[in-house]
Amino acid sequence: MLQETAASFLADEGSIAKQLRHWRDTGCTDGYGTALWKQFGELGLTGICIPEAQGGLGLGSVEAALVLEEIGRNLTPSPFLTTAVAGARAIEGTAHAERWYPGILSGETVLALAVDESSRHAPEKTALAAERRGNGFVLNGQKQLVVHGNSADVILTIARTAGSPGEREGLTLFAVPKAAAEVESATLADSSKAAHITFSNVELDADAVVGEVDGGWAPLARALNAGRAGVSAELVGVAAGAWAMTVDYLKQRKQFGKLIGEFQALQHRAAHLYGEIEIARAAALKAAELLDSGGEKADLLVAVAKAKAASVSKLAVQEGVQMHGGIGMTDEHDIGLYMKREAVLGELFGDVYFHRARVAELSGY
Amino acid sequence: MAELDSFRSETRAWLEANCPPEMREPMRSESEACWGGRNWTFSSDAQRVWLERMVERGWTVPHWPKDYGGAGLSPAEAKVLKEEMARIGARNPLYSFGISMLGPALLKFGNDEQKKRFLPEIARGEIRWCQGYSEPGAGSDLAGLQTKAEDKGDHWLVNGQKVWTSYADKADWIFCLVRTSTESKQGGISFLLFDMQTPGVSTKPILLISGNSPFCETFFDDVKVPKNQVVGEVNRGWDVAKYLLGHEREMIAGMGLGGTGGTLGRMLKPDDPFLRAEIAAFDVDALAFAAMSERFFEMFKASEAHPASPSMMKYAGTELNKRRHELMMAAGGSDALEWDSDRSKGGKTPRDWLRTKANSIEGGTSEIQLNIVAKHILGLPGA
Ligand SMILES: Cc1cc2nc3c(=O)[nH]c(=O)nc-3n(C[C@H](O)[C@H](O)[C@H](O)COP(=O)(O)OP(=O)(O)OC[C@H]3O[C@@H](n4cnc5c(N)ncnc54)[C@H](O)[C@@H]3O)c2cc1C
Ligand SMILES: Cc1cc2nc3c(=O)[nH]c(=O)nc-3n(C[C@H](O)[C@H](O)[C@H](O)COP(=O)(O)OP(=O)(O)OC[C@H]3O[C@@H](n4cnc5c(N)ncnc54)[C@H](O)[C@@H]3O)c2cc1C
Repeated sequence: MLQETAASFLADEGSIAKQLRHWRDTGCTDGYGTALWKQFGELGLTGICIPEAQGGLGLGSVEAALVLEEIGRNLTPSPFLTTAVAGARAIEGTAHAERWYPGILSGETVLALAVDESSRHAPEKTALAAERRGNGFVLNGQKQLVVHGNSADVILTIARTAGSPGEREGLTLFAVPKAAAEVESATLADSSKAAHITFSNVELDADAVVGEVDGGWAPLARALNAGRAGVSAELVGVAAGAWAMTVDYLKQRKQFGKLIGEFQALQHRAAHLYGEIEIARAAALKAAELLDSGGEKADLLVAVAKAKAASVSKLAVQEGVQMHGGIGMTDEHDIGLYMKREAVLGELFGDVYFHRARVAELSGY
Repeated sequence: MAELDSFRSETRAWLEANCPPEMREPMRSESEACWGGRNWTFSSDAQRVWLERMVERGWTVPHWPKDYGGAGLSPAEAKVLKEEMARIGARNPLYSFGISMLGPALLKFGNDEQKKRFLPEIARGEIRWCQGYSEPGAGSDLAGLQTKAEDKGDHWLVNGQKVWTSYADKADWIFCLVRTSTESKQGGISFLLFDMQTPGVSTKPILLISGNSPFCETFFDDVKVPKNQVVGEVNRGWDVAKYLLGHEREMIAGMGLGGTGGTLGRMLKPDDPFLRAEIAAFDVDALAFAAMSERFFEMFKASEAHPASPSMMKYAGTELNKRRHELMMAAGGSDALEWDSDRSKGGKTPRDWLRTKANSIEGGTSEIQLNIVAKHILGLPGA
């Protein structure tokens, strides 16, 4: 039911022509349409991970995954992942939930998650300093390529209140209002927007802390797990969308007096890809289920899902462009847009190498 | 050997004295390449001087005969020149479809008049060429082309459309495959040269996924071409076309070498152990491919290579080049995703990465190269 609603809503309102190409070609500074985000709110989708008691649907990662797969399939630019999934999870059960959930539910508020300080994902290495001053804190440091960081109302920022880079202890999560930091907007390969953020002597009240002081790893891990499972589902959608477009083309394009889909060299690869996408989808759903049920292997499966979905999606977009031949290299055709989106999502919250290392670590080798 | 040694030291001294320092810096973008042609504007004095000096010595086409603007170097001497240029990081003075594709075909199939007329111009970078092979319905199935040239007594009348014509809007002349007979598919094709300023020729640029627009749709509407501009025999152009494709594939295969000295790992210095392992695996393949390239070019020049072996090289080299750029993206992390800021040099890394995806399409796709290997080298039936 939810899947059908999401599928038809996104295929229609979230389509490449209406959203991605439109905002890209009109040079939109947010990179997505705020009207669409409001519609997400009207359909209740923004409240998917928000408890019923707080006005949400009280569903979980599995349902978020269903929506994200459709977002991936249509390459819909939207703050759904950052705000309704990762952001909502980060503030869950804290005082900030009361404050920000209503805006998220109505599709007015956008949250961003500021974690990385170098070009590689490494949450433990957080160095951004948050020093106590009086009742509050002063932030100094920088964050790199914060997705939607330029349009977010609140930037959830992980900072160091104790310990040293490399440690999970001594981190604190802050809700930083947009206006407090210096935000330099950047456009990514897929036309989405991110931000380089500099904090120079940014003063925050004590109530900017999300959860516990020095205990920021817990809400961060919640947000990252939800974000990683979510981005895996979105990658599955990207793969499925690219694959479907390619199989369609194999059934239309003629060379040597035959449909190119008649060439076994292409048939086998399309068939192989089909299997790989099904496997990646299963991994993404399994990760989401374990997150929802609090399963012990959740962390492991989240890493498996992200590594598998990213590599399968990369294969799907590469095969997609290749099997389209020359037309696949043109901006006018949509298949190349899948390749660009995969590049960005593959990197987000840790790339294939990061998650393979996680799998090794969590398996004890 | 002594002669080759003295050739090496003379070459080294000459390059040292004549290659401007700016021309020893790696190119930062495609736009810094010198393509020459009637309308070329040099991006710097150094670029102009470097081309002029190399032209004067015949070193833009070192192994071509002196009569045609070359230096008449032996394969061994040409190799020395290449090595010495690489040693100081000298840029290629001239990028040219004339040199890498049309020239070899003219040397083999052109008549005396055509060779004298076109080859020296190509060597001097005075005429920029484009390749009019592909059509909307004839890509992998190149021989399915429909652009028609009718014999009108004193000229050919050309009508039709080409697509994916790289730099058609910047080129002075085109080498073009046209249908002069419909009796047989491959037997009715002719190889025609003509000026892009001839009335009836028009081009329309196509934007690529990398954001650049290096190729075009090209239209021919009652284009009159002089009779003496057919290369080889009428209706036998397929032989010329295939010979040229061999050289094109050889050129594209060269991309597998990446153009840099040293290994990718050394350049990227990855600290992530998993990425490092993948880059090391790549470097193994790249160094082995470099060894193969050397061997291949020697065999190719000595006409000992199987005629279909450029297909194997093109397949291996282009797949390798795509992998190289995948790894550069991975090692760059989120930096490599930035599309257009100053700090990302205008998104050079992702744009270059996207461009390489065409390597396994242009000049015949990887699938077609594998089909050719299966059929002509392995002798597999029905392939
Ligand atoms: C250990 C073992 C146990 C077995 N047990 C049984 C058993 O209990 N009962 C039984 O009936 N059989 C059994 N077999 C036989 C097995 O089913 C056949 O070997 C198998 O179906 C392949 O047929 P083939 O050997 O004739 O190979 P071929 O069909 O001759 O195939 C040769 C190669 O060509 C490929 N190929 C063939 N057609 C195509 C195509 N259209 N497209 C692409 N590639 C193609 C194949 O994949 C294979 O790589 C067993 C085989 C083995 C190895
Ligand atoms: C950047 C770029 C520059 C180019 N520059 C030029 C140029 O300057 N001049 C020019 O003439 N052309 C140029 N081309 C065109 C290029 O040569 C063709 O795109 C190429 O030959 C493929 O043809 P197509 O695009 O029609 O793809 P199609 O032939 O439609 O192929 C679609 C897919 O089907 C596969 N396929 C087709 N037939 C078979 C088969 N028998 N077996 C297995 N698989 C098959 C292909 O491999 C491909 O994956 C350029 C292309 C690109 C991308």
